Amino acid sequence: MFSDASAMLSPRPETQGAAVARPVSRPATLATRAAAATPAALAGKVRGLSDRAIAWLFIGPTMLLLLAINIFPLIWTIRLSFTNFRANRPNATVLGVGIDNYVSVLTDGDIWLAMQATAHFLFWTIFLQTLIGFALAYLIDRRFRGHGFWTTVILIPMMLSPAVVGNFWAFLYQPQIGLFNYVVAWLSGVPASSFEMIGSVRLAPWAIVIVDTWMWTPYVMLICLAGLRSIPDYIYEAAEVDRASAWRQFWAITLPMVLPFVMLAVLFRGIENFRMFDMVNLLTSGGPGSATELASITLKREAFEKWRTGYSSAFAIVLFVAVFGMANIYVKALNHVKNR
Amino acid sequence: MKSIRKMTTLPGAASLTAAIALATACGGALAQDKTITLCWAAWDPANALVELSKDFTAKSGVKMKFEFVPWTNFADRMLNELNSKGKLCDLIIGDSQWIGGSAEQGHYVKLNDFFAKEGIKMSDFAPATVVGYAEWPKNTPNYWALPAMADSVGWTYRKDWFARPEIQAEFKKKHNRDLAAPKTWAEFKQVSEFFQGRTIDGKKVYGAYLFTERGSEGITMGVTNVLYPMGFKYENPKQPYAMEGFVNSADAVRGLEFYKSLYKGSTPPGLTNAYMTEGLDAFKSGQVAMMMNWFAFFPGLYKDPNVGGDKIGFFANPADKAKGVQLGGQGISVVAYSPNRNEALQYIKWFANPEVQKKWQALGGFSAAKAVLNDPGYAKSSPFAQPFLDSMDMVIDFWAEPSYAQLLLAMQKRVHDYVVADKGTAKEALDGLVTDWRKVFKEDGKMK
Repeated sequence: MFSDASAMLSPRPETQGAAVARPVSRPATLATRAAAATPAALAGKVRGLSDRAIAWLFIGPTMLLLLAINIFPLIWTIRLSFTNFRANRPNATVLGVGIDNYVSVLTDGDIWLAMQATAHFLFWTIFLQTLIGFALAYLIDRRFRGHGFWTTVILIPMMLSPAVVGNFWAFLYQPQIGLFNYVVAWLSGVPASSFEMIGSVRLAPWAIVIVDTWMWTPYVMLICLAGLRSIPDYIYEAAEVDRASAWRQFWAITLPMVLPFVMLAVLFRGIENFRMFDMVNLLTSGGPGSATELASITLKREAFEKWRTGYSSAFAIVLFVAVFGMANIYVKALNHVKNR
Repeated sequence: MKSIRKMTTLPGAASLTAAIALATACGGALAQDKTITLCWAAWDPANALVELSKDFTAKSGVKMKFEFVPWTNFADRMLNELNSKGKLCDLIIGDSQWIGGSAEQGHYVKLNDFFAKEGIKMSDFAPATVVGYAEWPKNTPNYWALPAMADSVGWTYRKDWFARPEIQAEFKKKHNRDLAAPKTWAEFKQVSEFFQGRTIDGKKVYGAYLFTERGSEGITMGVTNVLYPMGFKYENPKQPYAMEGFVNSADAVRGLEFYKSLYKGSTPPGLTNAYMTEGLDAFKSGQVAMMMNWFAFFPGLYKDPNVGGDKIGFFANPADKAKGVQLGGQGISVVAYSPNRNEALQYIKWFANPEVQKKWQALGGFSAAKAVLNDPGYAKSSPFAQPFLDSMDMVIDFWAEPSYAQLLLAMQKRVHDYVVADKGTAKEALDGLVTDWRKVFKEDGKMK
């Protein structure tokens, strides 16, 4: 490739017209200088490399890094999932247990309860964030007076750390001094200390949905806003000429054209919330009882508190396959929508 | 010749002397350059230990570094450190339940030979603390730690509220006895329900504060204080690991139901995931009449300008058909992976000294040394000293097996599900706990 490139960049023959030769003369001179400045030993070494070899040279380090920090741990986790290994007993004999860990994971009632809690959390957060996020984006796209200021205000929650959010919502939900209970009491007339958002089995799953929706709706809004702003004005102008109603324009133009963006937001939020840990752990620690114990909290307890490394590796692989499978199906659907 | 010899000997002697002096100086300098790291939880007694350890540095020339981790992350952080054979800690004041795992996995240095060589006797320490913090297997003379911080659950109460004539009169009228710090759980319930929802100084107050934390060990460390006195036992005393009829006995069921009744009827709203610090906040803000917490916090509370001094009283865990209270506290161990083992052992030797133990107590630690506890003036040295002595006579610890974390998390889940989340009955919770524990012991090969 280097030989080809040097040939390409070499000065053109004198026979060519001066008007044509002049524009390429500067880069050709630079290339010549660069070639001249390359130490002879190095130039000799690289001159013989093929395109494929150069490509490998560039992507090789990245591939190695990926193998070391992604692929190797994955393979190691798969290996551990077939053993009884415990990381807190490094001196104990490690035995192969076949698929016992997978059978235990898939037949463990507590795991299914955690999966139910995760499904509830995923469904409602994605549903609410998409609905509210799209509505906000639609509103902001109207470019009303002060829309820039309100956009900034709306974006603030997603800029906060989940640890901070978890902690201060724990205070907001406090039944005696929490602002949330007072606002609900003021709006509904129900006594403020008569209900506990994070202490009640019935309300706690909704408490974490509310906090996640508060925090991440702006993210969905941003993606939807990008989608709305990518729709060319002339399409709406053509629709106006055809006397399409606003409702018709929304259903026939806005929604189909924003849909790939909405679907992308759903994909991002789905993957993020499937592995949600920090905010929920700080807010409820998975309680009361196990009402808000999401899959990631169960996984952490099994892996780093109970130290059932083999079992938790199997659980991690099951979760990985579930997310990977669902994400793949979803991406295919997304491509289908985009190609329509 | 003589003179020549003199001439050659003198410089030789001088250089030898200089070399010895240099070597001594270097040795001192080396000792001074040595630094050892002590790992513990971040709480009040840790500050006292920092102060105390200055004496060790002054005496030995070994500098001290401290790694204190908040209680909520303490086990995770330190057990990760030990499991990965980390060299961060030379000395560790690890929780009593870690002793089995740390001994069996070789994380701690066995101290028997060292104790024998240095004349450190375990008989110089309170027996419960030796069994709880130092021995593995339990009740065998195999020592992995020196009892460092004796502790158990205890109670504080608002002495000033209890002393108010109008409150006393009302209580007497209602229960036909004087209002005083409760001695039994039946009395405790009466008192806590009496204060629940009462208005004192224009503020609504509540009966008691209990541990309910779900994530680490909180609710287990709370509920056991009712379970032990009511007859709960971890296993058949005659048949190790036989739990059926002991963990889920009728008495244990009664105890669990009683804890739930206290949680429902005597505590402030929102107390669904609360442990040590939340309890201190509740008590310091004048929210509760009585608070469950570890004795380690009591010196600090006694000094509190708002609720300390004359306003605070202390009592040992109430009794029922028996006595019992949850053991806390820790022993100090030398980490097997430490590159500074000699200096770490030097610290243990220094710490075991009775005079150091007395100073440790004076600075705000809780010594387990008999030289301190049996001192005639000890019981009157502070208002919480006598309740502490009473507690030390009735402490019971949670499992200290290598699988203690699995056992603990199972209990956390079962108890929190029943007490806070209203799931199932007490009998179902304890039956489930027996099943969970049996599974753990089977996996460990301790049961068939």
